[in-house]
Amino acid sequence: MNEQMLQVSNPILSIIDLSISYGEDKYAVKDVTADVKRNAITAIMGPSGCGKSTLLRAINRMHELYPNIHTKGGIKLNGDSIYEMSTTKLRRKIGMVFQRPNPFPTMSIYENVIAGYDLNGSKLKKSEKDEIVESSLTDVGLLDEVRDSLNKKGNFLSGGQQQRLCIARTLAFKPDVILMDEPTSALDPLSTAKIEDLLVELKEHYSIILVTHNMSQAARISDNAMFMYLGELVEYDKTKKMFTNPRDSRTEGYLTGKFG
Amino acid sequence: METKALIGEKDNSNWRELKNKLFFGTVVVLATLTISPILLIVYTLLSKGLKQINFDFFLKVAPDTLQAMTAVRNGEIIPGGIANGITGTLFMVLIASLMAIPVSIVIGIFLYENQGKKYANLIRSLTDILQGVPSVVLGLIAYIWIVQGVTKGFSALAGSVALAIMMLPLIIRSTEETMKMIPISIKEAGAALGVPYHKIILRVMIPSGFSGLMTGILLSISRVLGETAPLMLTTLGSTTVNFNITKPTSAVPLQIWEFYNNPNMIDLVWSSSLFLMAFVLTLNIIAKRISMRYS
Repeated sequence: MNEQMLQVSNPILSIIDLSISYGEDKYAVKDVTADVKRNAITAIMGPSGCGKSTLLRAINRMHELYPNIHTKGGIKLNGDSIYEMSTTKLRRKIGMVFQRPNPFPTMSIYENVIAGYDLNGSKLKKSEKDEIVESSLTDVGLLDEVRDSLNKKGNFLSGGQQQRLCIARTLAFKPDVILMDEPTSALDPLSTAKIEDLLVELKEHYSIILVTHNMSQAARISDNAMFMYLGELVEYDKTKKMFTNPRDSRTEGYLTGKFG
Repeated sequence: METKALIGEKDNSNWRELKNKLFFGTVVVLATLTISPILLIVYTLLSKGLKQINFDFFLKVAPDTLQAMTAVRNGEIIPGGIANGITGTLFMVLIASLMAIPVSIVIGIFLYENQGKKYANLIRSLTDILQGVPSVVLGLIAYIWIVQGVTKGFSALAGSVALAIMMLPLIIRSTEETMKMIPISIKEAGAALGVPYHKIILRVMIPSGFSGLMTGILLSISRVLGETAPLMLTTLGSTTVNFNITKPTSAVPLQIWEFYNNPNMIDLVWSSSLFLMAFVLTLNIIAKRISMRYS
């Protein structure tokens, strides 16, 4: 491993020589190796098209939904290769929150939170379900806001509330890792602030990987940060270090707004 | 006016306003001409058909010629109704739907999931061709396949098969279009929860597109309700109410044709047509409501 990159002891996730290409040799992610710290927020930054979303999606194998994809290298979750797990099992351990809030439109708030269990055919008792829904909604701070409308559809919620509902849906599985693909880019500043506070609270129990376009967001809430450019992992360091004293000139150029 | 002074334009505003009015007037006249046939149709059907509409019309089978002739001679309304036609139409459309809907939805989802792939494109083109096949030809095909091949005689099954084939392309394309309208992020949400593919389709995609699917189904039903030619070749018609799939069955459009051929029953032509049109119109309105409500 490149000694200049951040070294993490007892990582939750190890990405090892990961390359992902579309078609013949169009690489979206090139030879990325990195360890992700437990109970911390790791930000992935970079300009559009740098491969950060593809890298994120490779972690729960959502990138396999794209056509003509080739993956080399590996990813280990707590030491176990994710390519040897079933996607169902893997995605229970690694949850994902998307750019735009995407609650299931036909389901009630309650059903949305428990959807991961219901759609996978888990047979839970009503009391177990109630407990999961309540604790998940409490964790995202939504319970008091929706307590009286749990059985209504979620479409009257604001964008920020919907996004928190989606986070609750992910938390319902008690995952090890939560992947977040620009979770606040479609939200107003107030909702963004709420979600950011939430993420900082959540890292006590979960490890979060956050793709973001928004440099100041990465600076505000992340512990470690990766900077990607043209599919390569250019720099990976403690966020403070990267923002104050970047090692690579490309990182500096991006962070100071010269490109991106 | 000031603006004119500013841009130094000649004062030709009268001519421009006149042109505008002429054009607007032409559009209004043409638009009115376009809708006049439907207004005339509704007026004709109501004025000629309404007097025959009563409870008996829905509850009794068609009268025989003698009854009709007697009534006409005495200046009374014709007794009996089109119960055999209504039940036959509903029965055959129900069976056709049972055959066509599941198959079409599966094919529609297949097309949606395989955008740009060769086999899917081929199927899509064939679907379009199927939509262009004249209904009488489909009737002939159903005659060969079912009337000659399976039921050995005119039957409700044969009629249903002909109608089902007509429904296929309509529901397939509306399913594909509906699926395309559902944001991909909804599907991803399912995948990110580790939900298997078939359950994403069945429990996420189909419920999310339910209104679109419903609309397509209702429109396809209203499209085949009035089909006459394929039924003539397949179910022939019947003077009694029939729910036996292997027996000849009546249908409202078939009855209209039969009434038309009997000078004593001409009033029933209008009332049956009025009923058929009202039925189709209602389905169309419901379909439109559903699609508006949930879009």
